[in-house]
Amino acid sequence: MSEKKGSELTYSDITPKGAFASRRNFLFGMAATGAAVGGWKYLPRWFSGPGKGSVPHPLSGVAKWPYDATDKVTPEGDVTTYNNFYEFGTDKSDPSQNAKNFQTSPWEVSVEGEVKKPLKLSMDDIMKIAPLEERIYRHRCVEAWSIVVPWIGYSFSHLIQKAEPTPKAKYVAFQSYYDTRQMPLGPQAGIAFPYVEGLRMDEAMNPLTLLCVGMYGETLPNQDGAPVRMVIPWKYGFKSIKSLVKIRFVKDMPPTTWNIEASNEYGFYANVNPNVDHPRWSQAKERRLGEFFRRPTLMFNGYADQVASMYAGMDLRKNF
Amino acid sequence: MIRKILLSKWTKVAVFTACLVPFGVLVWRATQGELTANPIEFVEHWTGDWTMRFLIITLCITPVRKLLKIPELIRFRRMLGLFAFFYVCLHFSSWVGLDRFFNLHDMWADVEKRKFITVGFAGFLLLIPLALTSTKGWIRRLGGKRWQLLHRAIYLAAIAGVIHYAWLVKSDEHKPLQYAAMVGVLLLWRIVVWARKRWQQQPAARSISAKEPTTAETA
Repeated sequence: MSEKKGSELTYSDITPKGAFASRRNFLFGMAATGAAVGGWKYLPRWFSGPGKGSVPHPLSGVAKWPYDATDKVTPEGDVTTYNNFYEFGTDKSDPSQNAKNFQTSPWEVSVEGEVKKPLKLSMDDIMKIAPLEERIYRHRCVEAWSIVVPWIGYSFSHLIQKAEPTPKAKYVAFQSYYDTRQMPLGPQAGIAFPYVEGLRMDEAMNPLTLLCVGMYGETLPNQDGAPVRMVIPWKYGFKSIKSLVKIRFVKDMPPTTWNIEASNEYGFYANVNPNVDHPRWSQAKERRLGEFFRRPTLMFNGYADQVASMYAGMDLRKNF
Repeated sequence: MIRKILLSKWTKVAVFTACLVPFGVLVWRATQGELTANPIEFVEHWTGDWTMRFLIITLCITPVRKLLKIPELIRFRRMLGLFAFFYVCLHFSSWVGLDRFFNLHDMWADVEKRKFITVGFAGFLLLIPLALTSTKGWIRRLGGKRWQLLHRAIYLAAIAGVIHYAWLVKSDEHKPLQYAAMVGVLLLWRIVVWARKRWQQQPAARSISAKEPTTAETA
């Protein structure tokens, strides 16, 4: 069907002129739609100002923790612009832009389920449960990148003691805040919200498990899980649930978001383990943000001494 | 008027320059330290995205020039295709040189085990012969028909690119799906054209052998 051969009938020659013109319009329409679809997401960003949401403020009276990771702390600017917080968009740069209007005050965390003392905690209550500590932890994402962050908070066990779980409580289920008015991109993320996570009771009681209210000397920025989140340093980052609103003590292993999404890729335990690969990529090495060469990933992210005994006798290949 | 512009050699220069803009922006951002907290990943995603975009633009040439009757557009097809190859080379070398830092063992393990890398690597390999045989000399040496057959490998490369991307992402398939939709429409158009042509030729084929296009310009 070359146009050069005049004798040959071409496809468009036998197409009525009217149909042809409308097809042309259709093509231009397609192009315009394509541009609109591609650009709509970035348009608000060009016009975005400082935002109307909550902003971090300095935390005082924070004690030093004696067991800090000796790794170099990742620059704060990296930790606040490279985020997985799918409620605010799935690109790493999305949450820092889209969480600007996130209002986190007033806030309430409900502690419920198999407990003697169910609690409704405001942020003021949470701040008073135990003295705040700054703890420098390694943080390893399941996507094979890592950061080192000076978190502020206290061992989650303090809150557990306050709620007094009954003997029936074998697991803790966590739930994130979710409201499409504050998180309009949530429905596009491809995973079901609200985000839910969970820990076994002994994991939740481990002193390393941190109830976190701040980082880098301030309260948490919105994109890093304001105003209160979990940090579980020997597990992949997705276990460290953000913007926590519900803590429920339960009998059975609770459902967890990424496990619901793809159970062959993300297990309940999700302990950092260089010997068990993600089905789509290797977990043997990681890229520490700010470093050029990939570094070897450590068993339990380097916290084996503190946590390995909890998994003694378990097949970590099956319980990944 | 449009035709005159399209035939001007300056238009070719302009298109060439425009095709280099994504590369220029990347270099500019690198000098400004604006490659995000994970620069290597940013470079990989940037060059991967632009590979897909150039593959799609290249695949647009034939439908657009036929539907809008602008045969002159053919002048740009090779250049656009070669730019797709240019960006895929940057993409591949950023994986080899930056991400894996020439660690052959790691890379081979990835190609063998991770299917998204296997598919992407296959797509890259497919494009190499196309870039090598993109010259007029090679069209002559292979003959238009064989050359055209070979260059249909771009369809497979585009499909490989979409799968490579879709298998990489964790849950949000919007962007891979956008590429999939565009590649899908462009390939579907070719299938429809091919099917209609066959259907039209069927009765004639009994008496005289069907006239197949011979110029290399109809892919």
